Amino acid sequence: MSIFSKYEGLASALSAVTAGGGRNPFNVVIEKPISSTVGLIEGRETLLFGTNNYLGLSQSPAAIEAAVEAAKAYGVGTTGSRIANGTQGLHRQLEERLCAFFRRRHCMVFSTGYQANLGTISALAGKDDYLLLDADSHASIYDGSRLGHAQVIRFRHNDADDLHKRLRRLEGTPGAKLVVVEGIYSMMGDVVPMKEFAAVKRETGAWLLADEAHSVGVMGEHGRGVAEADGVEDDVDFVVGTFSKSLGTVGGYCVSNHAGLDLIRLCSRPYMFTASLPPEVIAATMAALTELENRPELRVRLMDNARRLHAGLQAAGLRTGPQASPVVSVILDDVAVAVAFWNRLLDLGVYVNLSLPPATPDQHPLLRTSVMATHTPEQIDRAVEIFAVVAGEMGINRAA
Amino acid sequence: MSETVASVSALIVKTLLANPKVPRDINGSSKIVEDLAFDSLAVMNFVMEIEDTLDVSVPLDRLADIRTIDDLAACIVSLKQAS
Ligand SMILES: Cc1ncc(COP(=O)(O)O)c(C=O)c1O
Repeated sequence: MSIFSKYEGLASALSAVTAGGGRNPFNVVIEKPISSTVGLIEGRETLLFGTNNYLGLSQSPAAIEAAVEAAKAYGVGTTGSRIANGTQGLHRQLEERLCAFFRRRHCMVFSTGYQANLGTISALAGKDDYLLLDADSHASIYDGSRLGHAQVIRFRHNDADDLHKRLRRLEGTPGAKLVVVEGIYSMMGDVVPMKEFAAVKRETGAWLLADEAHSVGVMGEHGRGVAEADGVEDDVDFVVGTFSKSLGTVGGYCVSNHAGLDLIRLCSRPYMFTASLPPEVIAATMAALTELENRPELRVRLMDNARRLHAGLQAAGLRTGPQASPVVSVILDDVAVAVAFWNRLLDLGVYVNLSLPPATPDQHPLLRTSVMATHTPEQIDRAVEIFAVVAGEMGINRAA
Repeated sequence: MSETVASVSALIVKTLLANPKVPRDINGSSKIVEDLAFDSLAVMNFVMEIEDTLDVSVPLDRLADIRTIDDLAACIVSLKQAS
C-alpha cells in the first residue's frame, strides 16, 4: 500500500477540479508582478484582486530601498533562532517600533503570522486552561490549539452570546480561559463585533486575544485594527498580527501590556525552534510601517475601493457578504460552477482566490477577492464588468 | 434532568435524522465519519447542535477519540456528570 493511498479522495477531488482542461487553482504562477495591482500570469497582464496586499506596500519604493540597504549593511540572513544568535539590533528595533505603534509595552516578533498564532496560542493556553475559538477561525489558530495542551471549545461565529453561554458552563472550573477572535475574517471579510466580545470578557474574567491579521492598517483611526475602531483596546490582552498583508512583507507578531509575554519567549516552540527574520525583511517592514503611519489616506482609499467593489458585484447580481470590507467574497452554490467561473475570470484577465469547502464557512465555494488602496476606480470597474460578463455567460446573475 | 447514554444516543440519532442527507438506518453503533460521511468540519458543526440541546460543551480533543454515536453519548454523559 502506498503511503499516499490515504489521499486518494484528495487526488480525485483535484482531478474533478481540473477536469475539462481547467487549471489547477492551487498552482497559479504569477510570473512577475508589474505593479501592486497588475501581475503577469500566463504571459498576460492580469488584474490582481486576491493578494491581501491591502495598501500595495509590497511594491513600496521606500520599503524596497530599505531592504536593499539593509542587505548591503547586514547580509541576507540571521542563520539562527531568536533565542540564540538570531536576535540582531534590527529585531529589537522592530519590536520597539511595534510597541510604539500599538501603544503596548511588550512585543514578540515571529518569522510568519502563522507562527505568531501557533506560538502565542499554544504557549498561553496550558494544560489546565481552556481555549475558546470562533468556529470560523483561521487554520493557524486551530493549529495553535492542537500544538498546545489546553481544552478547546468552539463557539458560534461572531456570536458573543454563544461565547458567554460556553463560558458560563465553565464557571467554577479552575484554569485560565483564553478567547480567540479575528478582527476581519479572512474568508468572508466580516468584522468581529469586538465591543460585544470585550463586554463578555470583562464580565467573565476571561482573557482575550485578537488576530488582527486582516484589520491592522485597514481599520481604526491610526490603523491599529478593530480593537481601536471599537474603542476597546484595553480589553484586548493580546493582539496578534502579520506583516504579510497591509505591510507587504512577511513575518508576525504579538503585542501586549502583560509583562508575562516575555516569558513566552522561553516556552513558545514556534518562536524558539526556527530561524528569525532576515535583516532586509525587518528593514522593509519598518519602512512600510512608517508609510502606514504617515499615509492615513491609504486607508481612506482602501475603504472607498472596498465599497466600490462590493456595490459593483452586488449590482451585477452576485451574492456577496453583507459588509463592504477589503475582503469581498462572491458566494456560489456549486463547486463546479465556482471552478469554471474562476477559470473564466483568469482567461479574461482577473485573478481572484478560489476558496473551496471545507476551508470556507457553510460549505459554500467562494470567489474571494481582496481590494487594494492602489487599485484605480477604472481597474475596479473593469474587474466588476468582467465578473458581470462571466456571470451572464454562466447564467448566475440573480438580478438580471 | 439526568441523561443516560441510551437517552443521549437516541437524541443524537433524532437530531441527525433531521438532516435529509443522513442515511435512514443509523443507530447508536453507527460510525460518525464512515457511516455518515461527515468530514471533520461537519462533525464539529453537528456536535455544536447537540451541545446546545444538552447545555454542555465537548472539548475538541475529546472528539478525537469518538468513533460512534454511542461514544459521543458516553462522552457527553461523563461531561455532564463532571460539571
Ligand atoms: C486570520 C489570519 N491569521 C494568520 C494568518 C497567517 O499569516 P501569514 O500568512 O503571514 O503567516 C493569516 C493569513 O494567512 C490569516 O488570514
